[in-house]
Amino acid sequence: MIAEAGHAALWFAGAMALLQFALGALGLTDRYQSLRGSAAPVAVVQMVLTCLSFLCLIIVFMRSDMSVLLVATNSHSDKPWLYKFAGTWGNHEGSMLLWVTILAIGGATVALFERALDVRTKTATLAAQGAIALGFYAFLLFSSNPFARIDPAPANGQGLNPLLQDPGLAFHPPTLYMGYVGMSVAFSFAVGALVTRDVGPTFARAMRPWILGAWIFLTIGITAGSYWAYYELGWGGWWFWDPVENASLMPWLAATALLHSVTVLATRDSLRAWTIMLSVVAFSMSMIGTFLVRSGILTSVHSFAVDPRRGGFILMLLALYIGGALALFALRINTVREGNRFEAISREGSLVFNNLLLSIILVIVLIGTLYPLALEATTGTKISVGAPYFNSTAGPVTLVLLIGMAAGPLMRWRFDQAKKVAERLALPALALALAALLLAAFAGPIGILPLLGLVVAAGVAAASIAPLWKRNLRRTPLFTWGMVIAHLGCAVSMAGMAADSAFTKEALVAMQIGQTQQIGPYSVTLNKVTEEPGPNWSALDAEMIVRKGDDAPFTVHPQSRTFTDPPMETNESAITTAWNGQLYLVIGIPKDNAGFPVRFYWKPFVTLIWIGGIFIALGGLLSLFGRVNRDLFSIRRLFGKKVAAS
Amino acid sequence: MKPKQQRLILGIFAVLAVSGAGFLALSALESKAAYFYSPSDLATSDVEPGKAFRLGGMVADKSIIREPDGVTMRFVVQDESNRQSVVFKGIAPDLFKENSGVIAEGSLDASGQFIATNLLAKHDEKYMPPKLDGKMHKTGEVSQ
Amino acid sequence: MRRVLLWAPFVFFASLFAVFASGLLNPVDRSVPSGLVGRSVPAFELPGMLDPAQPVSAASLATGKPKILNVFASWCVPCVQEAPALMQLQSRDVEIIGIAIHDRPDALRKFLSENGNPYAAIGDDANSRTQIAFGSAGVPETFVVDGKGVVRYQHIGIVKPNDVAIIMAKLKEAQ
Repeated sequence: MIAEAGHAALWFAGAMALLQFALGALGLTDRYQSLRGSAAPVAVVQMVLTCLSFLCLIIVFMRSDMSVLLVATNSHSDKPWLYKFAGTWGNHEGSMLLWVTILAIGGATVALFERALDVRTKTATLAAQGAIALGFYAFLLFSSNPFARIDPAPANGQGLNPLLQDPGLAFHPPTLYMGYVGMSVAFSFAVGALVTRDVGPTFARAMRPWILGAWIFLTIGITAGSYWAYYELGWGGWWFWDPVENASLMPWLAATALLHSVTVLATRDSLRAWTIMLSVVAFSMSMIGTFLVRSGILTSVHSFAVDPRRGGFILMLLALYIGGALALFALRINTVREGNRFEAISREGSLVFNNLLLSIILVIVLIGTLYPLALEATTGTKISVGAPYFNSTAGPVTLVLLIGMAAGPLMRWRFDQAKKVAERLALPALALALAALLLAAFAGPIGILPLLGLVVAAGVAAASIAPLWKRNLRRTPLFTWGMVIAHLGCAVSMAGMAADSAFTKEALVAMQIGQTQQIGPYSVTLNKVTEEPGPNWSALDAEMIVRKGDDAPFTVHPQSRTFTDPPMETNESAITTAWNGQLYLVIGIPKDNAGFPVRFYWKPFVTLIWIGGIFIALGGLLSLFGRVNRDLFSIRRLFGKKVAAS
Repeated sequence: MKPKQQRLILGIFAVLAVSGAGFLALSALESKAAYFYSPSDLATSDVEPGKAFRLGGMVADKSIIREPDGVTMRFVVQDESNRQSVVFKGIAPDLFKENSGVIAEGSLDASGQFIATNLLAKHDEKYMPPKLDGKMHKTGEVSQ
Repeated sequence: MRRVLLWAPFVFFASLFAVFASGLLNPVDRSVPSGLVGRSVPAFELPGMLDPAQPVSAASLATGKPKILNVFASWCVPCVQEAPALMQLQSRDVEIIGIAIHDRPDALRKFLSENGNPYAAIGDDANSRTQIAFGSAGVPETFVVDGKGVVRYQHIGIVKPNDVAIIMAKLKEAQ
C-alpha cells in the first residue's frame, strides 16, 4: 500500500512539473502575464509530493517489504538499520528518486526565497527547472519505477553489495547529488537569463549562493569519496581516476571555474557570456556524470546495474537539455550586451587565466574518461586510461593553475602594474625558495612532479594568506576569509598529494604469528589471528601490536571479511592516524602454511589531502554566509530607500 | 579596445585553450593509454617488454603456484587458444581463484613473463570475461 | 568568425553525443551463450548439498532419460521468481537436477521450504567451478541435457511460465 502511495505521489509530482513548466512558459508571453506568479506555488507542491514519494521508499526499505522488487534485489532483512536506510539510494532507481527529490527541493527553494531576481527571469528560471524535473520524472516512471512489485514475494532479499555496506555510503551519494542538482539551479538561472536577456550583476548575485552551495557539496562529496575509496578498497590509493570518480570531478572543475567567473560578473559586470556558458557546462557535466554512472556505458570498479534502455533515456534528456541550452546560447548571446572591459594584468585577467586552465583540466579529464569508449565504438580496440595519463597531463596544468592562484588575489580589479604585483609576491616566492632548499637538502631523491608539488604548495600557502597582510582581521569580510581558507586548503591538499607520492613506504610480507616487521618509524608484530563473527559476515581478524620508539604500544585489527548475502569477501584495512601521517595495514587470506600476507604502508602527511578538502569546503561555507549576508543587507537597504522615497 | 573586441578575443582564447587541451590529451593518450590484451592478442602482436598494459583472461586450472616467500605467486592466464604466464607479488583480490576471470595490470619482462603490479577481479557474481565460456573447458576435467 | 565561435560548444557536445550514442547502440553483449550446447557435459562430481548420499556428477546426467539442470542459489532473487515454473515442470514428471552456487545447507533448506522443492538432487558447487565449466555466467540458468549427457539447450535467466512449453518441447526433441 505504501509503495502504491509513493508511486502515485510520483505521478502527481510529474504532473506538477509539467504544470510548472507550462505556467512558467506561458507567463513569459505578453498575453498571459497574469500567470507569472503561479509557477512558484506549483513548484512547492511538486516538492512536497516528491518528498512524500521518497519517504514512502524509505519506509518500504526500513520495513524490508520484500514484495517490492527494488527492496528484494537490494536489501536483506538481516542488515543493520543504517544500511537498510542507506540502501534506499544504494541502487539505480532509489538514487534517481533521490536525484529528483533534491531537484524539486532546489526548485521550491528558488520559488520561495528568490527575491532579488527580476520577476520575468525568475519565471523563466522556474519554467526551465520544471522542464528538467519533468524529464527525470518521465525517466523514473517509464523506465525505472522504484515501486514495482514482484509476485510472489521472496522470503528474503539479495542484499546490498558488501563494498557499499559502509557508513560512508549513507552520506556520499546524497552529498554529490546536492552538488549536481545545485548546478541544475544555476543552469536554470542561465537559461532564464538567456530567455529574458537579463544578464548582469543582480543576476550574478542571485545565482552565486546556488553555485557556492553546490560547489561546497561537490567538494565534500569528492573529499569523502576519496577517503572512502582509500580505506575501503584497501589498495592504499586515494584517487583511482576511475570513471565514476571522474564523473564527480568534472562538475567540480566546471563549478570551480563558474564560481570565479560569477564573482567577476557580480563585482565588475564582465564575463557575461562566459559565465552563462559555464553554467550550462557545469550542469552538463553533472548530467554526463549521472549518465556515465547510471548507463553502465563505461566499465569501472564501481559496477552498478546496467540497462542500455535506461542509458538511452538519459542520453535523450541530455541531448534535449544541453543541446537546447547550447543552441539557445548560440542564438541569443549576441543580443546580450557586452560587459565591462579590463586589462590583462588585473584581478579579472587572473580569473580568466584560472577559468582557462580549469577548462583545460576539464577537457583533459573528459577526453581521458571518454576516449576508451570512443575507441571501442569506432575500432573495437579496448584500452584503459589510468593514472599515468592523468597525472602526466593534468598534473603540470594543476601546478600552473596553483601558481596563478597565488598571484590572482594579490591583483587589483580592472588594471594593475606587473611590478607591484611582483613586489606583493616577494614573500611567497621566498617561502617557495626556502621549501625548495629544504627539500633539496634533506628529502633525498624524489620525483620531479612531487617535488614541484611540495615547493609550489609552500609558495601558494604563503601567498594565500597574503591578502590578509596588514589588514584589520576583525573587519575583514567573511568572504575574503572564505577565499583565503579555500586557497590555503588547495595548497594543503596539494602538499598532502605530493608528500604521499614522494615519501610513502610500502612492504609486503608473509607474516607468521609472532613475527615483527619494520615500516617507517613503526615496528609491527602479528600477535594472533582469530575468527570474528559480524552481523552479516564473518571475519579473519588479525591482532597486531604497533610500537614506535619508547611510546606505549597499541593494537590494531585489520580484517578480511567474508559476507554471506551475497557471497563475497572484502579487506578491512586498519588505519592509524598520527600527526605526521598514517599507518595503513591490510591482511589477506593465507594460503597453505606460508603465513598471513600483510601489506604495510607508512604514508607521511597523507591526511593533508582530506584536511585540505575540508578547508576548501569550509572556505566555501564562509563565503556563502558572507555573500548571503551582504546581499541581503544591500537588498534591504535598496528596499529601505524605496520606502523612504515613496 | 572596445568591449566587443575583448569578448571576441576572449572567445578565441577559450576555443584555443580547449582545443589545445584536446590536442595535448590525445597526444598523451597515444603514449600513456594501456591496451587491453587477451593471451591470444598478445601472441599475435609484438608488445615490447616494459610497456604497461592489461592482460585479461581466465586463471588456468591448477596453475596457481605460491612461492615459499608467501607473497609471490605464479599463475597462467589463458583464453581459448593461448596461455601467458604471470608473476604477481601481493595480496590477491578476494575473488581471485583458478578457473575464474582476472584482469592483470603490468608489463612483460625480457623473458616474456608478465609481471603484474595489480590484479583486478570483478566484484560481481554475474561477471565473466566475454568469449571465455564453456568452449575452453571442452577438454579440461573439472573435479572438486 | 563570430557565428562559428558561438556554435563551437554546440558542435563539441553534438560530437560527444555521437560517441555516447554509438557506445549505447553497440553495447557489450553481456549474455554469454554457452559453447557447450551440442556437446557432452563436462566431467564433474559434486557432493550432495542436502543429502551426502546423493552426489551429482556427469554420470548422473547420462541415465538415458532427458533431464533439466538448473543452476541456482538460495540468495538469488530471480531464482525465487522462477520457482513456480520449475514446480510446474516437476509436476509434468521432468527430472530436475539442481546445482547450488556459493550456498549453505541451512539457507538452502529454508529456500526450498518457502518456494517448493522441484529438485531430484542438488549438487554443492561452493566455488562455481562446475558452473563455469558449464559455461554459465550467472544465476539462474537452465540446461536441457539428453539421455547421453549431451547439452541440448541453454536458457539464460528466469524460467517464466511461458518458457515451460519451450523447455518441454526441447525435452521431447532430446528423447
